[in-house]
Amino acid sequence: MATTNRDNLQKADAARATVQDDLADVGSTNVGASPLTAVPGSASAQDDVRPLDAGAAAPIAAEDESIRDDVAAATTRARFRVPSWFNILWMNKKARVGLVIFTLFVLVAVFAPLLAPYDPHNSNFLPSQQPSSAHLLGTTQAGQDVFSQLIYGTRTSLLVGAVAGALATIIALVIGMTAGYMTGIVDDILSFLINLGLVVPALPLMVAVAAYSPVKGVAIIILVIGFTGWAWGARFKRAQVIQLRTRDYITSAQFAGDGPFRIIFKEIMPNMISLVVLSYIGAAMGAIGAEAGLEFLGLGDPNTVSWGTMLYWANNGGALLTGQWAWLVTPGLALAFLTMSLILINFGVDALSNPQLRDE
Amino acid sequence: MRYFVRRIMFFLLTLWAAVTLNFIIPRLQPGDPAEAIVRQIAGQNKSIDPAQVAAVRAMLGVPGGNLFQQYLDYLNNLAHLNFGLSYSYFPYSVMHMIGQAMWWTIILVFTTQVIGFILGNILGAFAAWRRNSVFDSVVSLGLSFVGTLPFFWIAMVLLYVFAFKLQWLPIGGGYSEASTREFSLGYVADIFKHATLPALAILITAPIGWVMGMRNNMIQTLGEDYTRLAIAKGLRPWKIALLYSARNAILPNVTGFAIALGGIMGGVIFIEGIFNYPGLGKLLFQAVGNRDFPLMQALFLFTTVGVLVANLLADFMLGWLDPRVRKGATS
Repeated sequence: MATTNRDNLQKADAARATVQDDLADVGSTNVGASPLTAVPGSASAQDDVRPLDAGAAAPIAAEDESIRDDVAAATTRARFRVPSWFNILWMNKKARVGLVIFTLFVLVAVFAPLLAPYDPHNSNFLPSQQPSSAHLLGTTQAGQDVFSQLIYGTRTSLLVGAVAGALATIIALVIGMTAGYMTGIVDDILSFLINLGLVVPALPLMVAVAAYSPVKGVAIIILVIGFTGWAWGARFKRAQVIQLRTRDYITSAQFAGDGPFRIIFKEIMPNMISLVVLSYIGAAMGAIGAEAGLEFLGLGDPNTVSWGTMLYWANNGGALLTGQWAWLVTPGLALAFLTMSLILINFGVDALSNPQLRDE
Repeated sequence: MRYFVRRIMFFLLTLWAAVTLNFIIPRLQPGDPAEAIVRQIAGQNKSIDPAQVAAVRAMLGVPGGNLFQQYLDYLNNLAHLNFGLSYSYFPYSVMHMIGQAMWWTIILVFTTQVIGFILGNILGAFAAWRRNSVFDSVVSLGLSFVGTLPFFWIAMVLLYVFAFKLQWLPIGGGYSEASTREFSLGYVADIFKHATLPALAILITAPIGWVMGMRNNMIQTLGEDYTRLAIAKGLRPWKIALLYSARNAILPNVTGFAIALGGIMGGVIFIEGIFNYPGLGKLLFQAVGNRDFPLMQALFLFTTVGVLVANLLADFMLGWLDPRVRKGATS
């Protein structure tokens, strides 16, 4: 039978230890020692390599700094530092495909005015047309060009994903990391909040909040998604911090007199940056889906151009009756491909935090 | 025992929190909820008729007095299952509408979720057992792509293909208008025919999470010492797979089932809305469109409480299935 995961982990740790021992051999390795690649399991390996520097407030951070300095001395800083995380991402085949697709979406969003043949709001065309050379994907019941709407819709999805995902991630970071680091009543209360956020059905909650809001639009949707979608990330981060909080470098920071918030954000967080990125992408994915769902329910501004509103109008404007398959199918596929590209990128980010998963 | 007491405590606390959240949400916005509701119905910039506001207040049963008094009245109404009157189905009460719709949803969701759970775990276990086979790659890659498709979009495409294009199945509703509501074979067949597309839409996505979860867990448990021992003992492969690896790998999915219910209720809103299926999801779908706030809030509360109860049951089941959980609760 294959070796267990634990065996693999130990091997990986051992491999890292030798890599870090042998820093002269920088050119041959992708296993960069930037803070991005620091994993919980590797902290002990690093401790073994160098004695703890009692004077430094942040032994691990200091170590990373010194390793990076060594590296910078060996090569040049500019040539090594940026590609170290990007290389690992790019080396992973799945992540490479994901990055390419995602970049395409970003380019479409940025250059939407150049790519779209018409103004997406322009409703001067014949309504409910089938795809033709003038209208690649046909027209809506209001006489707008579906293809142009599809292109401009990319902007809304990317915007909501980026901003709502960031909002949810920040809330998750503060609540999850505080809950993980603290013990006693603070952890009990925050853990209860997290569990509450997990069990309350998200969509009915979003619907209830969004329906009451006096104004409609993308901003409200972003806020609603951000404030309701943080619980998964918070749980994840709490679990990670619980694993990290008994490490030697945390204890030494406590002895050095650092306060809990400094320890959480200055000592612990740099060691889980890749996990934060992982959950940020996850939150962005959730936000993109939730935005489409809320718009589809008619809770957004129906005049916003987004994939969700396109499907809302396709459903309410009779795309099914008139047989306008292109109007129906393309926004859904666009959403699927965008989500898929983020999932693929996450495989690569996984590889950043877990050297086992790297394609050699 | 301590484990069960802790779970019940958590259930009661979350229940209280959900009930309170439901009280707070309409009051988060500035101003009078009744006035806001009238404004919502009338449109943003129209002037508000004070008589209308008073009518809404009377209809809602919005009490006077301070916030604490309102909270007590609200709890009192809840205890009597009094959610007021629905706007869109006036003069029916919210409870009447929910009572009518409830069973459609419970039967649809329960059946599809149980089938999806069983199917998903079997597929996942098989994919893990035959790891890196063609079956495994087709299942894991294919399902992760299907999983990225929006839930409501799948439902719309199914509706388009099977009801509009091929016309094999009805385009919506829970039963034919012409059918008589009696317990006959024809009526049951009619209901079944109407439920096929919504059920199919749920069943396409429902097993995905379980397949992935089961596959990952089982790859872990297949490498554990007790599985090796089973192999060393020379047990039959199916015994090793089912009684040693799968049995332990399924545990996280049992707790996952209850948590997933929250997401499922979200999906049901779309499915029932699109297929016009006469359940709670369609009620919520329409309540959003009609700005029927009393109905919307009661539905939010109902789905939340339903999910909480399901969670409690899943926790109990996990405690029963896994002695480690039951005994380790103190640590």
